[in-house]
Amino acid sequence: MYQQDMTLMAHLLRRAGFGATRDDLEAYVAKGYEAVVEELLHPSDPQAMPEDIIRRYHVDQSELRQLDAAGANWLYRMITTKCPLEEKIALFWHSLFATGYAKLNQARVLLNQIDMFRRYGLGRFDRLLVELSKDPAMIIWLDNNNNHKGAINENYGRELLELFSMGIGNYTEQDIQECARAFTGWTLGNAEYMAVRASKDSIWPYGRIAWHFEYRDGDHDDGEKTFLGETDRFNGEEIIDIVARQEATAHFISRRLFQFFAADEIDADGEQTIQEMKQSYFDSGYEIRAVLRTLFHSDYFTSEQARYARVKGPVELVVGAIRLAGSYRTPTLGAHQLAYQTFYMGQGLLQPPSVEGWHEGLEWVDSGSLLERINFIAKELSNVQNSGVRAIIARLAAENGGTLTPEQLVDRCLDLVGPLSVHDDTRSALVEFAAMDGALQLKGHQPGDPSEQRVGNMLRMIASTREFQLA
Amino acid sequence: MASAIRDKALVVIQLSGGNDCLNTVVPYTNGLYYDFRPTVNIAAEDVLPIDDAFGFNPSMGPVKRLWDEGKVAVINGIGYPHPDRSHFRSMDIWHTAEPEKIGKEGWLGRAIRTLDPQGNNVLMGINFGRGLPRALGCRGVPVASVGNLETYGLYPDLQEERSRQFALQTFTKMYGGGAGRDAVMGFLGQTASDALKGADILRTAPAQYASTVAYANNSVAQSLKSMAQVMFADLGTRIYYTQHGSFDTHSGELATHAKLWQEVAGAVEAFMDDLREHGREDDALVFIFSEFGRRIRDNGSGADHGSGGVAFVIGKAVQGGMYGEYPSLKVEAQLEGDLHFNNDFRCTYSTLLEQWLGLEPAPIVNGQFEQFACLKTSAS
Repeated sequence: MYQQDMTLMAHLLRRAGFGATRDDLEAYVAKGYEAVVEELLHPSDPQAMPEDIIRRYHVDQSELRQLDAAGANWLYRMITTKCPLEEKIALFWHSLFATGYAKLNQARVLLNQIDMFRRYGLGRFDRLLVELSKDPAMIIWLDNNNNHKGAINENYGRELLELFSMGIGNYTEQDIQECARAFTGWTLGNAEYMAVRASKDSIWPYGRIAWHFEYRDGDHDDGEKTFLGETDRFNGEEIIDIVARQEATAHFISRRLFQFFAADEIDADGEQTIQEMKQSYFDSGYEIRAVLRTLFHSDYFTSEQARYARVKGPVELVVGAIRLAGSYRTPTLGAHQLAYQTFYMGQGLLQPPSVEGWHEGLEWVDSGSLLERINFIAKELSNVQNSGVRAIIARLAAENGGTLTPEQLVDRCLDLVGPLSVHDDTRSALVEFAAMDGALQLKGHQPGDPSEQRVGNMLRMIASTREFQLA
Repeated sequence: MASAIRDKALVVIQLSGGNDCLNTVVPYTNGLYYDFRPTVNIAAEDVLPIDDAFGFNPSMGPVKRLWDEGKVAVINGIGYPHPDRSHFRSMDIWHTAEPEKIGKEGWLGRAIRTLDPQGNNVLMGINFGRGLPRALGCRGVPVASVGNLETYGLYPDLQEERSRQFALQTFTKMYGGGAGRDAVMGFLGQTASDALKGADILRTAPAQYASTVAYANNSVAQSLKSMAQVMFADLGTRIYYTQHGSFDTHSGELATHAKLWQEVAGAVEAFMDDLREHGREDDALVFIFSEFGRRIRDNGSGADHGSGGVAFVIGKAVQGGMYGEYPSLKVEAQLEGDLHFNNDFRCTYSTLLEQWLGLEPAPIVNGQFEQFACLKTSAS
């Protein structure tokens, strides 16, 4: 029973977080599944690496400039937070409301947007959409600063409906234009000057300046609009009210949450679960928290069906491996490299390929990215200097007098990195690998000695398995 | 006939950051150039003249040598409609050959898929550098992205040979048992097998290579050396890609731009010498591009993002000369203070695809575009 609880808890933490060490899992199991779900859904004290400490090492973050430091900044939060779902939901919204450095040429507004996802990402969906519509990075990204009374730019209006809420086929071109009209006047403070600066992409003469939202009544089209069959002098908030209560919106958001948190592919049982999530969406007044609660307690999510049913995205993979290995707990210039690593694997934080976000699931993997993925996590988890790896070694040494047969070495390591369940032939290949050097004696082990290195080698091979690529 | 086509390779060098074309191909007899560029200019007496009106940047000596041999086509005034001054968006347009919408597939990825629809050669396209440029990205098209040819593959950190061998054997066993597994496990197994196959073949290339040509010790020269090694090992690779930079010279342009071009020009010269030494001059064409040029007016230290740019096609097969039209610097001809492009970049892409690689360009570049007559030999 305890082992089952542990396995289920590990699954929950891989999905609602970035995996967990054995120490963390034991503490979670002691609290019980339901309590942990509530704790995750109500992030309180993240205890993440403090901003001032991060900026000491990534001074670019004080200058509102570069992209890699901004990626590193967020990665630190993911690596050190005690409230992993707060970061995971921000990653979800970043994938869905994909805003990129491409057009902004400054990273601070992007990090501000991520912070907005932390604050509103588990709350009411309509509130989140209002905040998104006021978000300066989004306003520039989808040209709402060029959306004027009498001269609409429909870019934001279109994507709000197509990519961010209802999905294509649930509205007309006319609805898009009316939606765009409703968002006229939703712009940036000092918009003209800022737009010129953005288009010239010049840091001269004042460097980057973070934008802020401004509503301009004079530039707002206050006329009558007909949107999804309703007619009134709608402003943006009312449009979002209408959007939020659409069946299509409930369906769209529930599906996306399901695919991000439960399974890449949706089968018939998955569709059933999505129906339950939709019901929670309406019952709760559009609370994302309630939709996720329903998912995490669903038969689908808690059963074998959902296990390893997702390909880990690069950020999940890298952050998960680092949290397990216990590295990067203190700030280092090397964290710039981490931001590059996820980019090499196909997911540069704050630089999605387009407003459509990344192509997820199996599309994360190609021959180039697979080598990058494995090489990174294998190196991280085989380094016996890393504190998380040392913790695994200490546990192995404390059991059974520190003696392990090849089978025990494999099984104990699989357990301690997950528990990770692997196919029989994966396991037998690992046992063969372990058997090349016979039984392992960890008694009296010293840091970095050959006995410890054998554990590191085993973790390298486990990190390399197909199963480890999946969440 | 078919084999001759198969051997032709395209080498693409991306100048990342926005190469300043005004200081690359310098209009050294045009007073407007010096009016608009009071500080960030190349003095007339310093340029390497190619005719009465234009000369190369003094750091491009090796390119001038190749020009004198008739091997350099300069494509002036290259660009795309509705210029966007964002690096990322602009590069994206060049990569996907799609200036209107957000493109999904890289143009070279499509070319690779057309050259090898079954994906039989996992080394049909190779990027030298980390992270795959979108130009090469295309669903289901395997492309190797090689940081360092000597250590390319799985576990570059494992130095000790015995451990490495054991680890690789175990890896192969773990990924080998694909039969009867679900689609995801099967796909991961196949992908790993493609990657390892490519890595095993690639690592043999440096050992077979011998040359008297010395490449400089900078990243673009070393990447071109790796390309030569792979090319001479006859692995069937048709598309080679690398990038160099950063050409984003908002400040301190003169020194940075000169150093970068010295590196690129030297690397291309060494590569051409290497091709000649190995009797392969007819097999490769080098294409050099950047996402945009820089503004006509300097900012006192550098120049900010502009639009119309310059590209180069270099090789023995080239009909050397100036192509496209050098954009006018006159105020009325400018595009919001930038050089006005006069030929769509997809004209050059189409030229390379059809006349060099023997491919139907329209489906790859999303439309029909007029081609340049800048090649002597066409694929037939």
